Amino acid sequence: MEFSTQTTIDGATRLTVDGDLTIYHAAEIKERLIDGVRASPVLELDLSHVGQIDSAGVQLLALAKRESRTQGHAFAIVGHSLAVREVIEFFNMVAYFGDPLVIPANERR
Amino acid sequence: MPNLGPPLPSSPRGEATNQLAALEPDTVRLATYFALKPETIMDEVLSVFSIEAREQLEAMESGLMQLEQGDRDPETINAVFRAAHTIKGGAGVVEIHSVEQFTHILENVLDRLRNGQIEVGGEMISALLRGCDHIGALLTLVLSGEHEPSEQLKQAGAAIAEELRPFLGGPAPAGSGSGGNKLAEAEEGGGDIERGDRERATYDCWHISIRFGRDVLKMGMEPLSYLRYLLNLGEIAHLTTLTDALPEAEQMDPECCYLGFEISFRSHATKAEIEKVFAFCRDDCELRILPPNSKLADFLQLMDALPEETMRLGEILVRSGALTPEELDAGLKIQSREPDAGQLGDILVQQDALQPELVEAAVAKQKSVSEKKAAESNLIRVHADKLDQLIDLVGELVIAGASANLLAKKSGEGTLVEATSVLSRLVESIRDSALQLRMVQIGETFNRFHRVARDVSKELGKEIELVITGAETELDKSVVERIGDPLLHLVRNAMDHGIESAAARAAAGKPVKGRVELNAYHDSGSIVIEVGDDGGGLNVERIQAKALEKGIIQPGQILSEEEIVNLIFAAGFSTVDKVTNLSGRGVGMDVVRKNIAALRGSVEVTTAAGEGSRFTIRLPLTLAIIDGFLTGVGKSSYVIPLDMVVECIELSNTSVDRDYLNLRGEVLPFVRLRELFEVPGSRPPRENAVVVQYAGKKAGIVVDQLMGEFQTVIKPLGALFRNMRGIGGSTILGSGEVALILDIQALVSRCARAEELLSHGNTGSRRLEMH
Repeated sequence: MEFSTQTTIDGATRLTVDGDLTIYHAAEIKERLIDGVRASPVLELDLSHVGQIDSAGVQLLALAKRESRTQGHAFAIVGHSLAVREVIEFFNMVAYFGDPLVIPANERR
Repeated sequence: MPNLGPPLPSSPRGEATNQLAALEPDTVRLATYFALKPETIMDEVLSVFSIEAREQLEAMESGLMQLEQGDRDPETINAVFRAAHTIKGGAGVVEIHSVEQFTHILENVLDRLRNGQIEVGGEMISALLRGCDHIGALLTLVLSGEHEPSEQLKQAGAAIAEELRPFLGGPAPAGSGSGGNKLAEAEEGGGDIERGDRERATYDCWHISIRFGRDVLKMGMEPLSYLRYLLNLGEIAHLTTLTDALPEAEQMDPECCYLGFEISFRSHATKAEIEKVFAFCRDDCELRILPPNSKLADFLQLMDALPEETMRLGEILVRSGALTPEELDAGLKIQSREPDAGQLGDILVQQDALQPELVEAAVAKQKSVSEKKAAESNLIRVHADKLDQLIDLVGELVIAGASANLLAKKSGEGTLVEATSVLSRLVESIRDSALQLRMVQIGETFNRFHRVARDVSKELGKEIELVITGAETELDKSVVERIGDPLLHLVRNAMDHGIESAAARAAAGKPVKGRVELNAYHDSGSIVIEVGDDGGGLNVERIQAKALEKGIIQPGQILSEEEIVNLIFAAGFSTVDKVTNLSGRGVGMDVVRKNIAALRGSVEVTTAAGEGSRFTIRLPLTLAIIDGFLTGVGKSSYVIPLDMVVECIELSNTSVDRDYLNLRGEVLPFVRLRELFEVPGSRPPRENAVVVQYAGKKAGIVVDQLMGEFQTVIKPLGALFRNMRGIGGSTILGSGEVALILDIQALVSRCARAEELLSHGNTGSRRLEMH
């Protein structure tokens, strides 16, 4: 489970998650996400390296999204791994997060 | 131009007349066209219809069989229904009323099935399958130009219609009217759900509301898995995830579950079955299930009972299609909780205003869907004749290319050689992709046998399971077409004679359900198709006795077990007295072997007493062009299919007395082409042996010269040479000379047989030749 933070050219903070968004790391994920959302006016969450995600992970993403609204901050998921995309689509939460899901060319049939 | 009659007085009708007049030239042209060539057009339309109808029939058949095997996915029923509907519609368009009327009956039964008015049953499926056969028979008739079915066919159709009558029920209850009593029925638990009128018909979903308990995650349960499991019972039409229960970030325990779901679930499962999905977490969550077409009041009650705000839930229900906005408004008004009925709409608008990103996401999603669709429709239908013509032309191109190559080499001009070699590489690619066009997966042929297995097991009263593997193996279309009948015979045979009766199986301690396997794979330039069963195996003694009786073998002739069992392919072995209704449809094993041999293939059988038998068919991948290896003996040239060549070695003089050579310690029989074909002239000082392999057996073929790879267009041999052993065909070399293509299979088995006879010390006896 690794988190790395960098600042993009247009001033946003990009938080990259490498590992699984599951119940096993729920506490750590929550802390990182909430801190991140509160600290940065524009937070981009890169989930393209997330291997697995479960209900606990999704609900933390939802919490972060809501927290960003309360704070008046912007929160966007910029890279969806296949697992993340599948689960978000299954939960029908694409609209909730409001991030365009980019389907890589090599996954198209 | 024909007279259109007196001008019409009123203006709107006058306009219509003008439009008609404007259309006239086209109509006339069309009419002339039809008058000129009505048959041609009709024939073409009919053949297109018939091809499509047959595809639909296949879809119907496989769907019905899935249903019979316990698949209750409404999508399967829908697919079968759609197929029937398409056939009916198409038949109506091309005006084949016999098909249209008959399919209509099937469609009605399927419609009732789809709506849950009747249950899937064995008899019904059998009758429906017979119905499919009948439609097939009608289609064949139509293609042969007869439009009226014969009396016999009509009667057969009527009989099937009669069988289906019980499933049609009485006249369908008048659709619309007061929805009250239907909803009441639905409330009973969903066993019999009447389909409502058109407006309500789309809401044929269960509504599931679930709020997971706080502790489910800690107990190791994953809500996602439960919801995914639902997919086994039906289809999730709409799902809304509720995160309203999430507390403030500080209070939120990341290991607690705060999720809730509102699900529209399309399924024919019962309430109990749906509840069972959540059985393990039932105590820890709030679960409410409303059957399809529930009363409005039930939804209102549900909205009240759930923790979220009523309006928010109402909106979710509307969005998932469970309620229409009008219904919700009406319901809310009745309960007069919200005096201002317009509020719902406002909320929806506000929601939209709050989330402008939503639109963007939706657009992105839509785009990916439409791209997917475009990829699916990237297929074109081409007439097989055109493909054959293309292959023929490519064949000529290969020969012409070889000739150009040869001339270039003779001229010794570097640039010319270079140009022709580029050309020949391109020709090679064209050849490969042209052949690839003709390649089809064998799965389609295999899948037809599901129906056979079903019918045969019914007829024989045996339980038989057909297991198919390697369905994606590709082979030439013309081979696929011609392998169907021999395969069918082998499969029937395996079920009829191979698999023992249930009682015998139980006595032998085997599972009662018999197993027939169909397998296909590629192996050194051939495709191998296996038909195996786990039955009693072949009775070696009986086969030997019968072969003796029929004079196929002589008394005292010593044969290996393998040879004996393969005697069943010998001509005249199959006898009339053991022909049953099933496998004895005028085709014996010798005919199977002949059919396969006509495809330049071979068939053999292995068997183990009590464990079953396995028929192995080997076929060349293609019938037209192969990569060959050119060799020379004296002045003649011979082509060996390159796929079968393992290696080439120089034949050393030490082993000339016997026809064996020592290949790195391995004893390898060989055959001298010079001797076999009686080529005049004496052996050159240095000979070469080409080591070939077929069906796991190796042998050497001794030639004078090795001349290298050569693209070979196979030309069949004339009738005069048909019975010649060891030659498979001929080809034309670039120089215009003719080269013979060796039948490696025959040569290898000749070597192997010679070897066996030697090892039995029985060289004097008559050689066993099976034709």
